[in-house]
Amino acid sequence: MKAFTVHSGIVAPMDRANIDTDMIIPKQFLKSIKRSGFGPNLFDELRYTDVGQPDADNSGRPLNPDFILNRAPYNKASVLLARENFGCGSSREHAPWALEDFGFRVVIAPSFADIFFNNCFKNALLPIVLDEAIVDGLFKDVTAQEGLQLTVDLESQKIIKADGNAISFEVDAFRKHCLLNGLDDIGLTLQDSDDIKAYEKKRSAQAPWLFRA
Amino acid sequence: MAGFTLYDKLWDQHVVKERDDGTALIYIDRQLLHEVTSPQAFEGLRLAGRKLWSVPANLATPDHNVPTTLTERKDGIDGIEDPVSRIQVQTLDDNCDEFGIEEFKMNDVRQGIVHVVGPEQGATLPGMTVVCGDSHTATHGAFAALAHGIGTSEVEHVMATQCLIQRKMKNLLIRVDGQLGEFITGKDVVLHVIGIIGTAGGNGYAMEFGGSAIRSMSMEGRMTMCNMAIEAGARVGMVAYDGITEAYVQGRPFAPSEGQWAAAVSNWQNLVSDDDAVFDKVVVIDAADILPQVTWGTSPEMVTTIDGFVPKLEDATSDEQKDAIERAHKYMGFAGGEAITDIELDRVFIGSCTNSRIEDLRAAAAVAKGNKVADTLIQALVVPGSGLVKAQAESEGLHTIFTEAGFEWREPGCSMCLAMNADKLGAGEHCASTSNRNFEGRQGYGGRTHLVSPAMAAAAAIAGHFVDVRHFTLQDDAVVGGK
Ligand code: SF4
Repeated sequence: MKAFTVHSGIVAPMDRANIDTDMIIPKQFLKSIKRSGFGPNLFDELRYTDVGQPDADNSGRPLNPDFILNRAPYNKASVLLARENFGCGSSREHAPWALEDFGFRVVIAPSFADIFFNNCFKNALLPIVLDEAIVDGLFKDVTAQEGLQLTVDLESQKIIKADGNAISFEVDAFRKHCLLNGLDDIGLTLQDSDDIKAYEKKRSAQAPWLFRA
Repeated sequence: MAGFTLYDKLWDQHVVKERDDGTALIYIDRQLLHEVTSPQAFEGLRLAGRKLWSVPANLATPDHNVPTTLTERKDGIDGIEDPVSRIQVQTLDDNCDEFGIEEFKMNDVRQGIVHVVGPEQGATLPGMTVVCGDSHTATHGAFAALAHGIGTSEVEHVMATQCLIQRKMKNLLIRVDGQLGEFITGKDVVLHVIGIIGTAGGNGYAMEFGGSAIRSMSMEGRMTMCNMAIEAGARVGMVAYDGITEAYVQGRPFAPSEGQWAAAVSNWQNLVSDDDAVFDKVVVIDAADILPQVTWGTSPEMVTTIDGFVPKLEDATSDEQKDAIERAHKYMGFAGGEAITDIELDRVFIGSCTNSRIEDLRAAAAVAKGNKVADTLIQALVVPGSGLVKAQAESEGLHTIFTEAGFEWREPGCSMCLAMNADKLGAGEHCASTSNRNFEGRQGYGGRTHLVSPAMAAAAAIAGHFVDVRHFTLQDDAVVGGK
């Protein structure tokens, strides 16, 4: 996984609650057996006015001019600002893959769906939970100033605004450590192999039916 | 000291190691795999040169992409018309062969929707941790198991280590007291709950369904409820162990052997929340308050009762809610104020991991028996959840009831639940669906989904619009399944 330390970028506001994973990446694109290439189909049904097909060329498709990510400067945005319960719905990791492939590195919302939140950390995409009132303030800032940029510093857990003011955020210590160092958590877990084997030994004595030969 | 909840117990039994930061390494007993969320995980293993930690802990079956018509199925994978779907189903077969994983391939009678197949095989057992790269894995919690959906990176993590890194969730109890009315099913209970707590109400919680109404509910009904825990934001849904669980599990292919059965049952007795267990949140519902549910909008929380109406903008209690209603009106083609029973339908879909088990099909067939699907409908589909459900239904003659009534009887798979195969809604079409999500575009681009129970879907198919199944006249010899 690539590391996440400090990131600065344009903020795209999507003023909508309950943005679900079907919206982020519609199901037909889940047929891919790859992890990459989902960016052009991020928010496909909102972004284009026709129906997208997997493995097709997206360059000539009719764009919805009202959709924010189709407009400059937001087509270069890398920080997404949204409302509550972002990423609800299916467990598809294609959702963070698509956001990341488009160029997003940070998503800010008052709350996230649990599975989506988890999936982000596996893909160097940082989901940040902020108070509803603070998110509201950011929406106002972005509306007042097109193309507003924010800097996110993971080490100090701060979002720094252009005027130097900062907003603090919380992040789980283990996840922060993995993100900062770009660590693969499978490798880390395998360092505990002896504990896993000891658990299996104890458990199979208590509940042997759980372990098929 | 306070007692433990079912979730506390399942958690404690699976902790391999606690970490200083409050996370824990949790052991996973069973991983279920399907074709959509596994290819990148297998690829990751290969690239890193890693092996499966435990081959027999995994069980696979293709479901999302498989065609449901006999014509497209009869030539096996080569016969799948959509080339992209074909590759994905083939890739699952290849990966399972390469890694030695047991798989029920497309035309095996045991194939089906992964959340129907696991319990049916006894591959989901009480006291287990079960994961799958699919959010509806919560279904398996109906067996007093700790089951949740995970992303593909976590699928790979479980493949390689048999563990997940987790932070313990909070405890939520949904207590449904009393007796459910006739024709009121697990589907109505869970939609009613989502209507109360909202789609984010369960975020961060493990949700247990308890109370006397749940105790008398069948395993099928319990699975339907747990299946939709995720629609209320809870990754985990659970029901405590009892005699109904035991009777369902006994004799299934992966269940404990005869020699181990007594020990297993005695171990499982403890899989209940203690009387003095403390939950972080309790929601109490009177079973008698639950009426047949129908969703009108584009989120499962946009739900009302069969005698209800599509809300008007002025019913909104906040600006945000008003926006949401307005957006849903536009997508669903409503102005607000329409009676639910006036919603005309174009298609009906009976299937999905929520409602495609034998009891669901029996309930729908009881309503369909001797009746005819309205000729205003384009299509009414019945898609059994697995090959074994299909065989069972056929042995009871349910397929004849359906086909005589004008329903199409299909091969097992996810089908129109998410429309990854050829079964989908056209733009603007209204569908009564027994599935779990009514998101925009879920059942096909521009399609308009209304979530209901199987009996309600069957009644709607016959009337051509929603009707209260409780007042629906059944043909004389029809036996009502359902409750
Ligand atoms: S039936 Fe629908 S919800 Fe269930 S696993 Fe298949 S696609 Fe997902």
